[in-house]
Amino acid sequence: MVETNISREVIQGFATGTISVEAITLFAVVIGAIFVNNVVLSQFLGICPFLGVSSKVNTSLGMGMAVTFVMALSAVVTWSLQTFVLVPFGIEYMQTIVFILVIASLVQMVEIVLKKVSPSLYQALGIFLPLITTNCAVLGVAIISVQKDFDLLTSVIYSVSIAIGFALALVLFAGIRERLEVEDVPQGMRGVPIALITAGLLAMAFMGFANVVPLP
Amino acid sequence: MSRLQLITKGIIKENPTFVLILGMCPTLGVTSSAINGMGMGVATMAVLIMSNMVISMIKNIVPDKVRIPVFIVVIASFVTIIEMLMKAYVPSLYASLGVFIPLIVVNCIILGRAEAFASKNGVIDSALDGVGIGLGFTLSLTAIGAVREILGAGSIFGYTFAADVMPLLFILAPGGFFVLGYLMVMFNKIAKR
Repeated sequence: MVETNISREVIQGFATGTISVEAITLFAVVIGAIFVNNVVLSQFLGICPFLGVSSKVNTSLGMGMAVTFVMALSAVVTWSLQTFVLVPFGIEYMQTIVFILVIASLVQMVEIVLKKVSPSLYQALGIFLPLITTNCAVLGVAIISVQKDFDLLTSVIYSVSIAIGFALALVLFAGIRERLEVEDVPQGMRGVPIALITAGLLAMAFMGFANVVPLP
Repeated sequence: MSRLQLITKGIIKENPTFVLILGMCPTLGVTSSAINGMGMGVATMAVLIMSNMVISMIKNIVPDKVRIPVFIVVIASFVTIIEMLMKAYVPSLYASLGVFIPLIVVNCIILGRAEAFASKNGVIDSALDGVGIGLGFTLSLTAIGAVREILGAGSIFGYTFAADVMPLLFILAPGGFFVLGYLMVMFNKIAKR
C-alpha cells in the first residue's frame, strides 16, 4: 500500500516502528481529501457556494471555517446514527431522510448555540450558517463516509480534510476572481461562464496531485 | 400562463441549468457521458413531478413556519423511492451516478420549485411545472453529457466512432467546467435572439 512517493522520512519512521500503519493511512486520507480528490474541483460537491460566495477572499475564509465546523459535527452525529440506530434496526434505506434532517437541525442548533456562547464567532460565521444546509458537500461527505466504511476517527478526520479542501478551493478561486473583476472580459463570457472556465483551469492544476498518495 | 407554456418554458426561457443556474453539482458531476446525464435528468424529473404534486396537495394543511422541513421530508422520501427503484432495475446506471442520487435531495431546483410554484398552485399545474422544468434539466444534462462524451471519448450514447484519439480531459473534472462554461455562452447568445 505504501507508495514510493511518500517522503523518505515517513518510510523510515514506518520501518523503524515510530510511525504506525494507522498514521500512514490517516495521512493518506488527509492528503487525498484536500488535494487529490478535492471536493469542489474533482468531486463536484459544493459548487453552489463555490460559484456564489467566492468573490472576496475574506468571505471565502469565513464560509470555509463555517463549513469545517459543521462538517466535523455532522460527521460525529451521522456516524453515530448510522452505527447505533440505522444498522441495528435494519433501516439503512432511511439514510437520506435521516441525514438531511439531522444536518438541517444541526445547522440551526449551531446557530443558536453560537449566538449564546460566542457572539464574536457568531458575528464571523453567522451569515454563512443558513447557507450550509443547502451545501451538498455536507450531505455528500456524510454519505461517502458511510459508503467507505470509515471508523469514527477516520470519518471525522476525512470530513475535516474535505472541508479544508473546500476552503482552499474557495480562497484560491476568490483570489483569482478579485483579479478577474478588473480584467476586460468579452461581453458574453461575463459572470458565471468565465467563472466556470477559471474553475476548469484550477481543476487542471489540481490534477497534478493525482497519484501523490495511495487513495484510501 | 397556458398549460402548454408551463411545459415548454423550462426548455429555453427558464432553463434551470443555463438561465437559472441551479443544481450545478449534478450538472457537472454526472455528465461524463450522455446516458448518465439523461439518467440523472429523468430521475430528478420524476422526483420533481411527484414532490410538486404532493406539496401542492398538502400546501393548505402545513403551517407556514414548518413548511421548509416538511417539503424536505417529502422530497427526501421520493428520492429514497427513486433510489431503491434504480438500484433494482438499472443497477449499472445506479453505480455510475453513485452519491449523486441521494444528493437529489439538496438539488436547489426541487426545493426552489416547491417554494416558488407548487406551494401556490393547483395539483395539475404543479405536475406540469415539474414536467417542464424537469424536461429542461434533462435536455441540458443530456446535451452537456453528449458534448463531453464526443470530445472526450469519441462516442455518443455508448456508440464509439473515434476511439483513443480524443483528449480524455473532457471526461475528467476540468472538461466539465469548460464544456458547461462554453455551452452557457452559446445558449445565452442563441436564447437572446
